[in-house]
Amino acid sequence: MNRTYELMFIVRPDMTEEDQDKLVSTLETAVASSGGKVKTFEKMGKRRLAYTVRRFHDGLFMLLTFEGSGGLVHELERRLRVSEPVIKFLSMRIDEEQKRLDKIKAIRDSKRKASAAPATPAEPAAEAPAVTA
Amino acid sequence: MADETRPTSSSSEGHGGGERRPPRPGGGREGGGPGGRKYFRRKKVCKFCTEKIEAINYKDVRLLAQFVAESGKIVPRRLTGVCTPHQRRLSSAIKQARNIALLPFAGRAA
Repeated sequence: MNRTYELMFIVRPDMTEEDQDKLVSTLETAVASSGGKVKTFEKMGKRRLAYTVRRFHDGLFMLLTFEGSGGLVHELERRLRVSEPVIKFLSMRIDEEQKRLDKIKAIRDSKRKASAAPATPAEPAAEAPAVTA
Repeated sequence: MADETRPTSSSSEGHGGGERRPPRPGGGREGGGPGGRKYFRRKKVCKFCTEKIEAINYKDVRLLAQFVAESGKIVPRRLTGVCTPHQRRLSSAIKQARNIALLPFAGRAA
């Protein structure tokens, strides 16, 4: 049963570019080895933290979206916990929320179409009496 | 009780009650309605329902910050007018954002 998860983690701001890439590639291989699939990876850049974490005021935010099972999430969290430069992480299941949003969007689109369809035939009807008069 | 208070507030303030009040964090919409009992109360509507914002995500700090007081607290529904289902999502999103240090637990974002 594969689900979609989102994993946001913060690494210390003084981490070098190579180390970041190394960390990310280990995570990606971990995802791949347990039968998951990396959907997106995004570096959100340096941001100010809302409160100090391990004496850091800033952090590099990263966002990884992947498909996989719950065990994979455990594994990734364990890896993040033991890797020293990672100062915070948050993993979240997002497929149900996405499903809900898609449903709402579908309902809205169908309503829009329904409201647009009667509007077009109404126009010539309104025009017709004007021409005859 | 409301009948008593309404004329006094209109006489003392004239119109546009709540304009002079200090801006309340969270209920930042103009004319959002004062919270005090003495003033004329405008009917507040849910921001998420009116603007059709469905996705309340913890990453959207700018949106969430509108519903967090200076102290870092979540502003109650009765002040912001957010409807119950949206407030529920909002509060969980704010808590997630706090967890990942996007929003402060207490005090202003340093």
